[in-house]
Amino acid sequence: MENESLISLQEISTRYEVEISFLHSLADYGLVEITEVEATHYVKDQHLKDLEKMIRLHYDLDINMAGIDAIGHLLQRMDTLHDELMVLKNRLRRYEGD
Amino acid sequence: MEFVDYYKILELKSDASDEDVKKAYRRLARKFHPDLNPNDQAAKRKFQEINEANQVLSDPEKRKKYDTYGKDWKHAEEYEKAGHRPGAGRQAGAQGQPFGSGGDFSGGDFSDFFASMFGGEAQGRRSAVKFRGQDVQAELHLELKDVYTTQKQTLTVNGKNIRLTIPAGVENGQTIKISGHGGPGANGGPPGDLYITFSIANHSRFKREGNDLYTHADLDLYTAVLGGEVTLDSFDGQVKVMIKPETASGMKVKLKGKGFPVYKQENKFGDLYVTLEIKIPTNLSEKEKELFGELSKIRSHGK
Repeated sequence: MENESLISLQEISTRYEVEISFLHSLADYGLVEITEVEATHYVKDQHLKDLEKMIRLHYDLDINMAGIDAIGHLLQRMDTLHDELMVLKNRLRRYEGD
Repeated sequence: MEFVDYYKILELKSDASDEDVKKAYRRLARKFHPDLNPNDQAAKRKFQEINEANQVLSDPEKRKKYDTYGKDWKHAEEYEKAGHRPGAGRQAGAQGQPFGSGGDFSGGDFSDFFASMFGGEAQGRRSAVKFRGQDVQAELHLELKDVYTTQKQTLTVNGKNIRLTIPAGVENGQTIKISGHGGPGANGGPPGDLYITFSIANHSRFKREGNDLYTHADLDLYTAVLGGEVTLDSFDGQVKVMIKPETASGMKVKLKGKGFPVYKQENKFGDLYVTLEIKIPTNLSEKEKELFGELSKIRSHGK
């Protein structure tokens, strides 16, 4: 189990130059989990990587919340397909180069 | 070093407006952005070109310099001397690249042409590490025999030594994540992660499929006909096997537990399948021919 630490939304907002409302919108869409501790909102550090990706999708590529959600599902599907492809390629190796 | 046509990369005419540049960048970035094309090196390279073109054409000062000196970039230095702001250093944004392919998306890899004209500075919104460190992707090349047993290796990544235990049975193409061993964070942010993908070459006589191994072995005609004990090669030694009488060529022998180690399961192995190929004796003596003749007469022809 990895150690978890919490990063405040304020910190994320400052470091990544994004509005806090954007982070709450992501949470409303179920795209990021926000934890509340003593009236301060945080994101777990292991979710930072995904959060960074969503920030890039939104601010660099102009993709809205629904788009980010859809892309997330498609990327998961691609990931599964990539793993399946690797398994199949490895199976094919048995018949190659004889 | 070659001239880079940024207008062509963004599919624009040289009189394109700032809005045209922005639209073209976003349209192409949505197609080639590494976040949308994971594990696609060609898309990553294309995105780097698009990103670089956008860095130049969306910045009025860079664009002016590019339009004036682009094709004649070698004289760009004179432009700097004529009183314009010099490039802000030559350090490119690329991470130290350990063994194989380099860092994750950074937007910081620029062409020599760009570095020559603009000093390699990266000014994109997301081009520098602002908090969490970059993830580093690396490829480790091993031979099949290397992953038959668990082994420890020390790797140097970003100047730091990492003691890595590679469990026996790791698969070709499998990626493991080593948390916190990517690029350093900035402003108190956590470091990125290191992802190691194993590329496993197989130069052995054994083919691997999952945990099972497959190979061929020769079987002499007499043992095939009469049966008997033979010694077959396994991946790490030899195994004695009883061959049944009247064994046909192409028959597969399954040697349970003599295959490849199961990933992260101590002392558990797949199976080894050996396909037997009967070797017909050659250079027969007169006596042998006579005896085979006798045998053929005993059997009714074709039955």
